[in-house]
Amino acid sequence: MIIPQTRNIGLPMMNLMRFKGLPILQQLQIEEQLLRTSSENWCIINDGTNDPTIVMGVSGKPAELLEIESVLRDQVPVIRRFTGGGTVIVDNGTIFVTFICNKEAVPDLQPYPRPIMSWSSTLYSKVFQGIGDFNLRENDYVFGNHKFGGNAQSITKNKWIHHTSFLWDFDVRNMAYLKLPKRAPAYRSARGHLDFICRLKDYMPRSIFIDKTVEAAGTQFSLRSLKSEAIETCSKTEFCPSTRFLTNEELEAAAVAGQ
Amino acid sequence: MALRMWASSTANALKISCASKPHLSFSRCFSTVLDGLKYAESHEWVKHEGSVATIGITDHAQDHLGEVVFVELPEPGGSVSKGKGFGAVESVKATSDVNSPISGEIVEVNSKLSEAPGMINSSPYEEGWMIKVKPSSSSELESLMSSKEYTEFCEEEDASH
Repeated sequence: MIIPQTRNIGLPMMNLMRFKGLPILQQLQIEEQLLRTSSENWCIINDGTNDPTIVMGVSGKPAELLEIESVLRDQVPVIRRFTGGGTVIVDNGTIFVTFICNKEAVPDLQPYPRPIMSWSSTLYSKVFQGIGDFNLRENDYVFGNHKFGGNAQSITKNKWIHHTSFLWDFDVRNMAYLKLPKRAPAYRSARGHLDFICRLKDYMPRSIFIDKTVEAAGTQFSLRSLKSEAIETCSKTEFCPSTRFLTNEELEAAAVAGQ
Repeated sequence: MALRMWASSTANALKISCASKPHLSFSRCFSTVLDGLKYAESHEWVKHEGSVATIGITDHAQDHLGEVVFVELPEPGGSVSKGKGFGAVESVKATSDVNSPISGEIVEVNSKLSEAPGMINSSPYEEGWMIKVKPSSSSELESLMSSKEYTEFCEEEDASH
C-alpha cells in the first residue's frame, strides 16, 4: 500500500521483506543472520511455510516436548531455533511476522523481554482494533483466553528480534505431535491444545491481516520494500547460523535418554 | 548483559530495605549493587581475586530478565574478549546475550547452572556466578565502573526512559 511520504519524515528506516511459502528453516536462518550481521532494521513476513515442521526454542528438550515416536514414524522435521520460547508445529496455515530492530529504533523502548513484548502488543492492537477481544496474555496473543499467536525473542548487545507465529489455520492432527509443555502460562489452566488455541481465520481474512500489519508497522517505521533476491546477497556472507534441523539420531537418543 | 535499567515494580522496591548486609550499596534504583565489584554498562559484574576474575550478571539484569530457565556457557580453556558475548541466558520467551567485561582465558565455568539456572535470579552475585577468567589486561578491569558509578549509571538510564 502507498504510505504518504509526509508521514515518514523522522521515522527510522525498516526493510520489509515478504515471502510466501518460504521454508521455515530458511526463514529462521535468514533472521538469525540479519540479527547478528546487519545494522539495519527489518520486518519479515512469511505467508505460510510449505511443509509441516516442528520448531523448538533454543533450550527445548525433545523428549519433554514431542511425541518422538510419532515424529520419527511420520518423518516430521524438527528444528531448534535460535530464540527462546516454546514449541510449535507450523505449516501453510501459519503466518510469520518478525521484527529485527536496533536498540534505538523504537524511542524510549528498553531493550529487554517485557518492554519489547509490550511494544509488540501495542502494534498488533492497531491491527486487531475492533476485532475479537485481542490482548497480550502473559506472552501470547489471544482473543479472549484463546491463543492464536506465539512469540519469541533474542536480544543482543545492540539489537533485538521479536518474531511471532500466527495460527491463521491449523491441522488438528498435527497437534498430536506435541506434548503438553511442563512450562505453560497460568492462563492456559491445563487446557489441551484444541481448547487452548484458536484460528485467526475465524476473525480476519488472511490478506487483510498481512496488509494491516504492514500498515501498523508503517506508523512507526519508514518501510522500504525489498525483493527476496536481496536476501541472496545476505546469505553469501560467512555467518553460520545455529538454527538447524535435529537429526533422527539425535531424536532417537533423546527418546532413550528421556531428554 | 544486553539490557538497560528499567523502573521496577513496587515489589522489587522492597529489596532496598535489606540494610543488614554492610557490603550493600544503597541505591535509588531498586536492585542490589555490591561494593567491591566492578561493573560493565551491559550489566555484568566482575570480582577480581588474585589471578582470577569471576563474572556474572547483576541483580538489575536478572530482575529485568525474569525467571531464568536456561543458561548457555562456554567451555573452560576458551577465551573471552572485552565487550563480546560469551554465553546467553533464556528467560521465558527470550534469549539474551551475556557479554564479558574483560578479556582473558576461561579457567572455570559454573556447571551447576545447567541444572539450576534459577540461581542467577536468587543469587546473582554468589551462587549465580557464570565464569571465572584469568584476566589478560589489568587496565580493562580498571576501566570498569565502581559500585557507585554503576548505581549512578542505572539511575541515569532509568531516568532517560
